[in-house]
Amino acid sequence: MEQLLNDFSPGLFVMQTLIMLVLIFIMAKYAWKPIMNSVEKREEGIKDALEAAEAAKKEMQNVTADSEKLLREAKVERDALLKEAREIKESIIAEAKEQAQVEGDKVIKQAQATIEAEKKAAVADIKSQVANLSVEIAEKVIKEELSNKDKQLKLVDDMLGDIKLN
Amino acid sequence: MRVFKRSIDLAATLFILLFSIGVSANSSSDEKEEGPVNTQEEVEGYILHHIKDSHDFHIFSYTNSEGERKHIGFPLPVIVWSSEGLVTFMSSRFHHDDSGHQVVEAGGTRFVKLHSKIYELNSGADEISFDEGHHPVNAHKVLDFSITKSVFGMLLIGILMFVWFGGLARQYKSKQIPTGFGRILEPLVIYVRDEIAEPNIGKKYRQFTGYLLTVFFFIWILNLLGLTPFGFNVTGQIAVTAALAIFTLVIYTFKGNKDYWQHMLWMPGVPVLIRPVLAIIELAGAFLIKPFSLLVRLFANISAGHIVVMSLIAILITMKSELTVFGSGLLSFVLSLFITLIELLVAFLQAYIFTMLSALFIGMAVAEHDHGHDHDEEVDAEDVRADFI
Repeated sequence: MEQLLNDFSPGLFVMQTLIMLVLIFIMAKYAWKPIMNSVEKREEGIKDALEAAEAAKKEMQNVTADSEKLLREAKVERDALLKEAREIKESIIAEAKEQAQVEGDKVIKQAQATIEAEKKAAVADIKSQVANLSVEIAEKVIKEELSNKDKQLKLVDDMLGDIKLN
Repeated sequence: MRVFKRSIDLAATLFILLFSIGVSANSSSDEKEEGPVNTQEEVEGYILHHIKDSHDFHIFSYTNSEGERKHIGFPLPVIVWSSEGLVTFMSSRFHHDDSGHQVVEAGGTRFVKLHSKIYELNSGADEISFDEGHHPVNAHKVLDFSITKSVFGMLLIGILMFVWFGGLARQYKSKQIPTGFGRILEPLVIYVRDEIAEPNIGKKYRQFTGYLLTVFFFIWILNLLGLTPFGFNVTGQIAVTAALAIFTLVIYTFKGNKDYWQHMLWMPGVPVLIRPVLAIIELAGAFLIKPFSLLVRLFANISAGHIVVMSLIAILITMKSELTVFGSGLLSFVLSLFITLIELLVAFLQAYIFTMLSALFIGMAVAEHDHGHDHDEEVDAEDVRADFI
């Protein structure tokens, strides 16, 4: 112990304390602080980068899922559109057919009406001609048969019986 | 790589500079009683002398063909606070004398050097005289602020640390990942932060990293420097380890929070009568046992390592007659190689333990106690402390 105390040099103690104080100050300011800051910044950066990569991966998955959904929806929409188009086409065709039918019927009806009217006119014409003819015949008969009254009457009856009016 | 090269350049320049001083200073006069270190007693004396601090940088000695003892090395400045105020002179003026016979007159007073200590002769005395216990009777010790070998080593390591780690810090300005030597230093810094500072201190570790990192690298590099043939023994100086321990003591005393002081002075949860007793024990623990465990452990380990390595090298001399030069040389080589490898581990281990314990003590002082189960934690902390002290 005495030897130890004898070996203890107060001057060296003071020098060591001074050197250590200066060294701690200088090293903390010019070495440890920048080193620690840089290392921590880098570690932070690595952590952030890893998290960002993870987030990007998730985002990617989301995007894929989204696009698949979109694709599916588009498909459904396309199918619906096609179906609708088909229906519209069919309805248009049906409508056209119907309209044609109606138009045709109308034309036929008109034609029939015209025919009927023509027929009536023709009949009326025939009737008037027949009447004229009859009058003429009757005139001739009357002229001829005025002599023979009985024969004339018989003739009128016969003739009237023969002519059939439609 | 550039930083590494630069630091090598720096070291080389320093050594060239110092050797050029050394050449001019080594023409010392021979000493009567000195000669090659041959006997058991001389070896012991040599080892004990080495363990102490010294006032000049001594690299090796030899005896030339005329029987003169030559010393290779260079002197360092002596700065002492004497009765006449601050006095400075170069240590070469002692001419490598360590027995108190060479008297140096400087600053109006007289100095001698005895066992690596500077003594000032009392006024009127021309020569030192001793009592029976070989204690000087007409001289007293002076406050010695010399740039001794240890101080020189610390300055060297301080500069080296600044160049290395300052260079590493500068690298971050231009790149994210350091290159060259910085790539070796960076994991060490992160190791201290992740394995020493953070686990022992907890969330508030950031403000203490400056001290812990400085202490760790300071001790480790100085320990390694002690293993080189230049023979530094800085961390084996009790004054150095005491200063380091007191740094830790000051930090955990001033940074200690309310819980820390409460648990130390008036321990909650124990009978009131026992509290003063516990307070005395806790105070002794905080102010004596903790710093003492720090300073003695480092000092003793490093000094012991140096003594063992040197003793094993000395086998070459002490067992020469029994084993022949070849046998003793081989034995000493194998044993000292083996021990030096262990010392390499010890150099790291002691730096680690000192830093780790400092962090642990600081952590105990700044810990936020959760009052639900703080007593369990206290027991744990006591166990941990008991394991280390």
